Amino acid sequence: MKGRDLLDLADLGADELETVLEAAASMEDVLARRIKKVPTLRGRSLVTLFFEPSTRTRISFELAGKYLSADVVGVNAAAASVQKGESLEDTARTLEAMGVDAVVLRHRAAGAAELLARCLEVPVINAGDGMHAHPTQGLLDLYTVRRRKGELRGLKVAIIGDLEHSRVARSDLIGLTRLGAQVWVAGPATLLPPGLEGLGARVAATVEEALREADVVMALRLQRERQQQGLIPGGEEYARCFGLNRQRLALAKPDALFLHPMPLNRGVEVTSEVADGAQAVLFDQVRAGVAVRMAVLYLLLGGGN
Amino acid sequence: MLREKARIMDAAGMGRALRRMAHEIVEREEPGEELALVGIRRRGVHLARRLQEEVRRLTQREVPLGILDITLYRDDLVDRSPQPEVHRTEVPFPVEGRRLVLVDDVLYTGRTVRAALDALVDLGRPRRVELAVLVDRGHRELPIRPDYVGKNVPTAAEEIVEVRLPEVDGGVEEVVLVERPAQ
Amino acid sequence: MAEFLWIRGGRIIDPSRGADETADLVIRDGRLTAEAPPTGCPVLDARGLWVLPGLIDLHCHLRDPGQEWKEDIASGTRAAARGGYTAVATMPNTEPAVDTPALVEYQLARAAAVGGSRVLSVGAITVGRQGRELAPMGQLRAAGAVAVSDDGAGVEQAVVMWRALRYAASFGLPVLEHCEDRSLSRGGAMHRGAVSTRLGLPGIPAEAEEVAVARDLVLAEATGAHLHVAHVSTARAVELIRRAKARGVRVTCEVTPHHLTLTDEAVARSRYDPDTKVNPPLRTEEDVAALRAALADGTIDAVATDHAPHGPEEKRCEYEAAAFGISGLETALGVLLTTLVQPGLLAPAALVERLTCGPARVLGHPGGTLAAGAAADVVLVDPRASWRVEPEAFASRGRNTPFKGWNLTGRVVATLVAGKAVWQLG
Repeated sequence: MKGRDLLDLADLGADELETVLEAAASMEDVLARRIKKVPTLRGRSLVTLFFEPSTRTRISFELAGKYLSADVVGVNAAAASVQKGESLEDTARTLEAMGVDAVVLRHRAAGAAELLARCLEVPVINAGDGMHAHPTQGLLDLYTVRRRKGELRGLKVAIIGDLEHSRVARSDLIGLTRLGAQVWVAGPATLLPPGLEGLGARVAATVEEALREADVVMALRLQRERQQQGLIPGGEEYARCFGLNRQRLALAKPDALFLHPMPLNRGVEVTSEVADGAQAVLFDQVRAGVAVRMAVLYLLLGGGN
Repeated sequence: MLREKARIMDAAGMGRALRRMAHEIVEREEPGEELALVGIRRRGVHLARRLQEEVRRLTQREVPLGILDITLYRDDLVDRSPQPEVHRTEVPFPVEGRRLVLVDDVLYTGRTVRAALDALVDLGRPRRVELAVLVDRGHRELPIRPDYVGKNVPTAAEEIVEVRLPEVDGGVEEVVLVERPAQ
Repeated sequence: MAEFLWIRGGRIIDPSRGADETADLVIRDGRLTAEAPPTGCPVLDARGLWVLPGLIDLHCHLRDPGQEWKEDIASGTRAAARGGYTAVATMPNTEPAVDTPALVEYQLARAAAVGGSRVLSVGAITVGRQGRELAPMGQLRAAGAVAVSDDGAGVEQAVVMWRALRYAASFGLPVLEHCEDRSLSRGGAMHRGAVSTRLGLPGIPAEAEEVAVARDLVLAEATGAHLHVAHVSTARAVELIRRAKARGVRVTCEVTPHHLTLTDEAVARSRYDPDTKVNPPLRTEEDVAALRAALADGTIDAVATDHAPHGPEEKRCEYEAAAFGISGLETALGVLLTTLVQPGLLAPAALVERLTCGPARVLGHPGGTLAAGAAADVVLVDPRASWRVEPEAFASRGRNTPFKGWNLTGRVVATLVAGKAVWQLG
């Protein structure tokens, strides 16, 4: 994978997904140590270019880079020259001229990472582009599930909520199905985009159908603006009809995991009881996020020239 | 194709060398000292296991064994494309205050050992660290010297010393000298 | 002395007269004539070539006045000539919009001055294309406008469209309607379907077009006015039009070369290349099949380019931020010949009909024919010549084409307007 971009999990074969997850396991060992730093990316520089605010993902990438001894610079592009109308292409060229070895991009437009990658020689890592993809989130979810369940093959995974606007759901769908899991999706009809089957999903008629006997349950974040856009009637309606509560979770297997990409809207897509319950692995996900990002950085940037 | 020039050790020779090294390791033990072996992936791990077995035979004691993956600590990766896989480091005991014997198959430039020392130090602070290698072929690029050597083999730079182990390579157990083809 | 030109030995395809034969064509003083050529008359050897009426584009954007960095009348008519078009109808979404007779006169005068292909001016339906007050259609007509349109956007309010159809009809102007219900399409960047879901791009549902087509068909039927549906792109929209035509509604429609040849997969395959971004968006296989069938059976009256040139700054950016539009004048004929005629999906005469007398009929334009007495607007095409689409070599300022790099068979060799070559393959 050396020198490649990471734009979309659809670009990775099952064996490459496995390679990343294997490497992430080694990285998690490093994270468990008192000295969480290895010299492998010493002398390499990494820029995180975030056109959308996202403290969580940005910190995760920056720590991942630092634990591998890379020099990491964070650019809050929402406040940088981009607002002066500089094009993504010009921004990219500028960074390259400064000798950056890799760029992590978060952008509100789908395909922005693709665009940047076309302008840049160095690897581009997509940290979320519009509704399109969030490959490292997909990887960390794969990692979290695999670590707890051993194997992804044959697992039933239910993804509940706003599939239409979720890049996380898209990346999870691609990654999970590629590694042999069965993914069921459910949510309000107005938040289910057409052709999810094309991404490997089975579209359930009801939330209950999706949840029944599931090994893994994921609730997606519901943005408040969906109500203002007229896509759903409101938060309370959503919580009652689609929210993950104890009763609904009980439809899944007793040892089912509960995942959520965070941040949580408590009382909307999930009750606190579920989010703080024994089945929730939300902080495993966060930890896995750093390990997976270390693995990705190592695989794209590490090793020889 | 690589051309095999000479067999340096056969299975019996390797067995003898490891037994002698185990003796020396035990002899140098100081009272109250806790010994552990740490093999460097990949072949060093298997040799460390053999040493562990030999030490058990000598002392009826089970010495702990750790596995060190030094991929993330290398500084010679430029020469080693394509990128090596990262494996897990498994050192299931605290290294604090212990006497550790690092085990590897061939000592050459010393860079692998340097990386291994860095990796070890990140795990904690051992009392002392020693180095055991099956073959020392010379050509050091760093001030590193082995404490236990199976065999010293003078070599030319274009030669390669291959330690073949059934656990890794299948087939017979031996150490051979092969010649790198002219570029 | 009369000036003659003798075009010898070409295959004349002139659907206006049902002609498809190897014959000569004689031009006298800019008009076609049935006379024999005089001795010593200059000869154009057309053996092995097709000789067609000059193509007529019902729908293009010459961007002049106001957006000359994208195109102007000089560059746009040069592009038209290279594409085999002898007349192009330019849409009024300029800056300012063509909603006064002075602007119509400006466009026509400019076209006459640059002396390339003919320019037909389309006036706005509403003042400033704002969708509220009617534009002065009577005066636009008097200044030379051939139709009205608010293209670029649909007429949002039914009441405005209802009045516009009745008012335009009283001046004999067809209403060229961009059928799009903005409440359904707003924010969209490509066709809403499996591909938009995969790419995470906001979608424009087929319904956005179909709802508007249905509304306008009802209004056209009720008013008896001539409705022309621009760039129809979905199977259901075509079916609505087919049924309306069968009922006798005065409706005509056009389709673009890109909607006949590309699907939304092109967005994925090109990995978000904004040159595939167009409105209406590239649709699905089923839509393309329905459009091709409707083109063949005559439900679709014309192929129009919807030539929409843009500068690089409007296209070299994020897909969602990019402008809609394809620069199409110079590739239309080659694309259609290569994808429809060569594989035998459409007879040559049928295609020529939809590019010449079809659009002429929609606009009530006298061209699109090689009948004696008509203006000598003629195009010569080498149906076997292969060429590669290289946008850098376009005469148009817009290099935005999803056909870049395509190898096409069928090339314009010469374009004559009133008997004069405005383009000749050098």
